Amino acid sequence: MDPTSEQLLWMYEKMVEIREYEETMAKVYLEGKLPPKIQKGLAFDIGGGPVPGEMHLAAGQEPVAVGVCAHLRTEDSVVGAHRPHHFAIAKNVDLNAMTAEMFGKATGLGRGKGGHMHLFDPAVKFSCSGIVGASAPQACGAALAAKKLGKDWVAIGFFGEGAANQGAFHEALNLASLWKLPVIFVCEDNKYGISVEKQDSTSIESNADRAAGYGMPGVLVETNDAVAVFRAAGEAVARARRGEGPTLIEVKTDRYLGHFQGDPETYRPKGEAQELRTHDPIPALGALLRSRDLLDDTSDASLRKAVSERIEAAYAFGRNSPYPEPSEALLHVFAD
Amino acid sequence: MTTETKVRTLTMAQAISEAVAQEMERDQRVFVMGEDVGKYGGIFSATTGLLDKFGPDRIMDTPISETGFMGAAIGAAAEGLRPISELMFVDFFGVCFDQIYNHLAKNTYMSGGNTKYPVVITTGIGGGYNDAAQHSQCLYGIFAHVPGLKVVVPSNAYDAKGLMTAAIRDDNPVVFMYHKGIMGLSWMSYYEGSTNAVPLEPYTIPFGEAKVVREGRDLTIVTLSQMVQKAVLAADKLAAEGIDVEIIDLRTLVPLDREAVLRSVAKTGRLLVADEDYLSFGLSGEIAAIVAEHLDRVKLKAPIRRLAVPDVPIPFSRPLEDFAIPQVDGIAAAVRDLMQLNLN
Repeated sequence: MDPTSEQLLWMYEKMVEIREYEETMAKVYLEGKLPPKIQKGLAFDIGGGPVPGEMHLAAGQEPVAVGVCAHLRTEDSVVGAHRPHHFAIAKNVDLNAMTAEMFGKATGLGRGKGGHMHLFDPAVKFSCSGIVGASAPQACGAALAAKKLGKDWVAIGFFGEGAANQGAFHEALNLASLWKLPVIFVCEDNKYGISVEKQDSTSIESNADRAAGYGMPGVLVETNDAVAVFRAAGEAVARARRGEGPTLIEVKTDRYLGHFQGDPETYRPKGEAQELRTHDPIPALGALLRSRDLLDDTSDASLRKAVSERIEAAYAFGRNSPYPEPSEALLHVFAD
Repeated sequence: MTTETKVRTLTMAQAISEAVAQEMERDQRVFVMGEDVGKYGGIFSATTGLLDKFGPDRIMDTPISETGFMGAAIGAAAEGLRPISELMFVDFFGVCFDQIYNHLAKNTYMSGGNTKYPVVITTGIGGGYNDAAQHSQCLYGIFAHVPGLKVVVPSNAYDAKGLMTAAIRDDNPVVFMYHKGIMGLSWMSYYEGSTNAVPLEPYTIPFGEAKVVREGRDLTIVTLSQMVQKAVLAADKLAAEGIDVEIIDLRTLVPLDREAVLRSVAKTGRLLVADEDYLSFGLSGEIAAIVAEHLDRVKLKAPIRRLAVPDVPIPFSRPLEDFAIPQVDGIAAAVRDLMQLNLN
């Protein structure tokens, strides 16, 4: 299944949006974290600045998010991982509320209680988790609900290749296959589990091969290309909607940045990240659009301008929103 | 119009499965999944008869993969379903605790109240039948320690039905823990007091309301679960000796009825906590602390005493287990000792 012109343009615009969102965050995140505190012996203050806490950015991994989410409707569920922004943006999570959440503001998705790793937007059925591998069983549950409710909704569990060595992953695959659940497990192989290379953590070359052990199709997408992901995901989503059960997809993707912002990346060969950027999937998709006369300099510029305005507005909303009252820490432990 | 209330005597297991059945009839979103909940009817009979009534789509046997199905309960609840998820022994929760204490318990909070997870987790607790350290724990203290989980630990069939009905209707995660030794199983000795009159109609018992099981003036025993039955037997003995014991059954740990504890101890001036969980860092310390924090309101006549498992894994051999888990005689002895002590 090939993307329509409309879908190609949507994927391109979303990728541009995700990248610019992350690049903006990379800058904003550093505010207040560097000197003058250096004189106290601190070169980097993780809790300082307007966006405190850890920050995991996904620059380079945009094709996975858009290639899958291009097939989804609002009713379909997405459970993301601890590096969640690209999935969230591709699933149309409210950009203002998402940004405010990272600033810890009362207007945030979780009123400032979750932060960047814990984004919940039930309006578009998006959630994520800071725990490696935890998304897969929960995606099974969403798919189980769809089946019980008699809906053709699907659920996506996104996770990294490091998570595929977790028991949760294997239990979820077995459950999904056993119960023929409309769930698609999407593994982002960005080659690194924090600092450990895949070859040093995983006994096989491709996690897609593990699908065979659970009687479901396993698909390896070998290029970090939105159209390639789109094709694989399209088949999997269609299968799931037809009631034919789960699929496991692994995408070889690239992580341009460290595991977290501030990661010294001592484990990474010098120049590797720079080299990866030479096959950036965003200009590649732009070139494809241009070759089909779907994009030119003028339309690209106006698309980028619209994206920038959205992102600027989201960051302004995040910055300018009020903090929650401190005593709000006591609220929302329970739903009532 | 009048409704006739039919009251029968049920075991705790029967009362629990009746509550589940009635809620499943009332609400199509309720379903049960877990290990051996189907044909077997639950290892401790908490789901007996439900498969025949509701079929395998609503009474689902799961693979032995606790992370998988506990996580699935979370995902299904997020979509509006109301799963009851059974993991037969509380001792087994280590394998799936991440899904429970990092997700089920916290997602509502981290979403600023935007999401809810109406999951009931059911599990068997307690020893007294020589199953040793991996099948005999209570561990309710661990679940009560993590914010975001309600924790229910009934002591008898009447309470179990009302609390289970309330648990299923609650929009929050509820951990419902039943002591195997009071379920009324045909293959395990048990305490008669836990099998009692249960109305046929659905009813709820609100969480956070402890029950005064027995009124008395000399000393308060705060307890729960099977230990309530033991405390009643001890109190009967002590009554013959002229000691008048009041017994408080906590019924739920989260929320906890602190006022009931304080009211009773203010009246009697003496407190014994009888608990089948481990002694240190747990329920008994919590109850003692509540009283200690309110000594401006509560005048103690004697020091507080705690009777709990003395920080050892539950041993296998009968005399060892009987020693480790507080028994009727031990409760009575502790009460007698306390009656001899005087502050000031």
